[in-house]
Amino acid sequence: MKFLFRRFQRLLVVLAAVTFVTFILVNVLPGDVAYEMAGINSSEEEVQAIREDLGLNRPMLVRYGEWVAGMATGDWGKSFLSDEDVWDEIIGRFPVSLELMLLAQAIALILAIPMGMASAFRPGGRADRIIGAIAFASVSMPSFMTAILLIYLFSLNLGWLPATGYEPLSSGLWANLRPMILPALSLALVEWTILMRTLRVEMIGVLQENYISLARAKGLGNLRILFVHALRPSSFSMVTLLGLQVARLLGGTIIIEQIFGIPGIGRLLVHAVYTRDFIVIQGCVTFFALAFVTANFLVDIAYAWLDPRIRSGKAHG
Amino acid sequence: MVETSSSPAGALPSQGPASATADKNEAAIAAHKKRNKLGLYFWIPMIWLIIVLVAALGAPYWGLPPADEIDWMNIKVPPNDAHPLGTDSLGRDLLSRLIWGARVSLTVGFAAPFIGVGLGLILGMVAGYYRGWADEIIGIAIDTWLAIPGLVILLLFSVIFGGSLFMVCFSLGLLFIPTAARITRAATLNYANREFVLAARAMGASDFRILRRELFPNIIWPLIAFVLIDIPIAIVIEGALSFLGLSVKAPTPSWGGIIAEGREILETSPHVALYPTLVMFLTVLSFNLVGDAIRRRLADVREGAI
Repeated sequence: MKFLFRRFQRLLVVLAAVTFVTFILVNVLPGDVAYEMAGINSSEEEVQAIREDLGLNRPMLVRYGEWVAGMATGDWGKSFLSDEDVWDEIIGRFPVSLELMLLAQAIALILAIPMGMASAFRPGGRADRIIGAIAFASVSMPSFMTAILLIYLFSLNLGWLPATGYEPLSSGLWANLRPMILPALSLALVEWTILMRTLRVEMIGVLQENYISLARAKGLGNLRILFVHALRPSSFSMVTLLGLQVARLLGGTIIIEQIFGIPGIGRLLVHAVYTRDFIVIQGCVTFFALAFVTANFLVDIAYAWLDPRIRSGKAHG
Repeated sequence: MVETSSSPAGALPSQGPASATADKNEAAIAAHKKRNKLGLYFWIPMIWLIIVLVAALGAPYWGLPPADEIDWMNIKVPPNDAHPLGTDSLGRDLLSRLIWGARVSLTVGFAAPFIGVGLGLILGMVAGYYRGWADEIIGIAIDTWLAIPGLVILLLFSVIFGGSLFMVCFSLGLLFIPTAARITRAATLNYANREFVLAARAMGASDFRILRRELFPNIIWPLIAFVLIDIPIAIVIEGALSFLGLSVKAPTPSWGGIIAEGREILETSPHVALYPTLVMFLTVLSFNLVGDAIRRRLADVREGAI
């Protein structure tokens, strides 16, 4: 518990720092919000009036405090272009991005676990070398390029899956999943390699432990040993990575949502960047950071659950 | 090494431990020699990289049509004699755009990791050498930096600083600081209390001198390996950024930008997206393979040296 408390403290410090940095970056911009709102043909007086109106003339620390306090109560400000509430926009799109990420992570795991096991079973063997080569190639293929190839192959040539679009869950599970498959696959085809390599390294070590030899001596089958005895103790680093990958995936969803026309947070952010909608940018960045830090915290909890030594404070770290 | 060659003289097949160790030595030497060769997985990608590099450096001299020259008669044509890789939706020569685009990718690929590793090196050495509050502050700063996804930082920077090549290199370089700083800090901690550092301090060397002359030569090696990993990563991120249209400004061709244009006409003229995808894949793969080979070589040298 003490361990988790320490992590929680760290989480708060990092969050404070992230919000502050985001606030500074967005607010120290050469042309501030007032200029954007007033338009190109406005006089200096008009700009000043808008500044006064928005309270931009007050000291930065005061405004930062107000902004954070507002966020805590769910008031993340309004987009000055569409007048939409930023928090509503973000939280409305969050499930879409989350679904994409979870689906991608699930596909990555489905690929990584058997491949990692097959590699670790005979390190240096034929399976290991083939899988290693495939992994090397997939790492060199960023998700937006994979997406192009998948669209070309499965949408345009074979016509199996749609190239763009999104269906809410209310129109049926399959209708919802169908347009998500290619985007998720594009992300997963990069992510699985990192998971696979991590699992492989750790499992090679675990397979040399005494209890594995004992299981072998008892005459247990290879599959049983791999899945029942070796998988859990080999998956600590992989679970940590699942959390760390959230950051990479959040970055990945931005570009994938753009390619496949999925209305998630990434699309919101890119659109805000194109239109220089600072309030929305600020909100999205904060949300991304919040999501990432929370995900890491959850990983710590999962880690403690997987490895009893950490719970009792006798961790190796 | 010498004694192994003398072993056949009257040695019986079941000779015991001596020959076993000799065999082991021989195997180790053979394995070492094999590892020491860079091999085909180094040279084939290296040749590709040299081709790309030469093509990019000499872009103005190949007699290519200018990358932004519009050929109204040949819009979206597939590869032919006049345009070896075809033209894009504005009738611009794809090969020329690819070669000019390679300049952007390669510049960013080489510059960004050096900027990031250079800055990370300074931060990591300060944190690892002085410890205390400097370490604490740098640690929190790095955690904060890591809490925002890289692409999000870049989007933010592209809004703030605009899309000049220098700014793209610089903001991309910033992404490499956290890991570089962590590696440096760990290595600095490792060496800071070693005898040679204590000796230098006892002889009255200043902190700066110790950092520069005693610590720097020792910690630079893992960082060189790290730069090698970062080059393809930087190329990929620049590609993603220019795919979103947020890298260098529009008329300058870049690989990601060409792919994005090709995405729009993927159905009718797939070559516009597929050729740059192939070129970029081969380049990134080659950098990965070459980096991997050099890294292994470096590791061997280090092992041998210690």
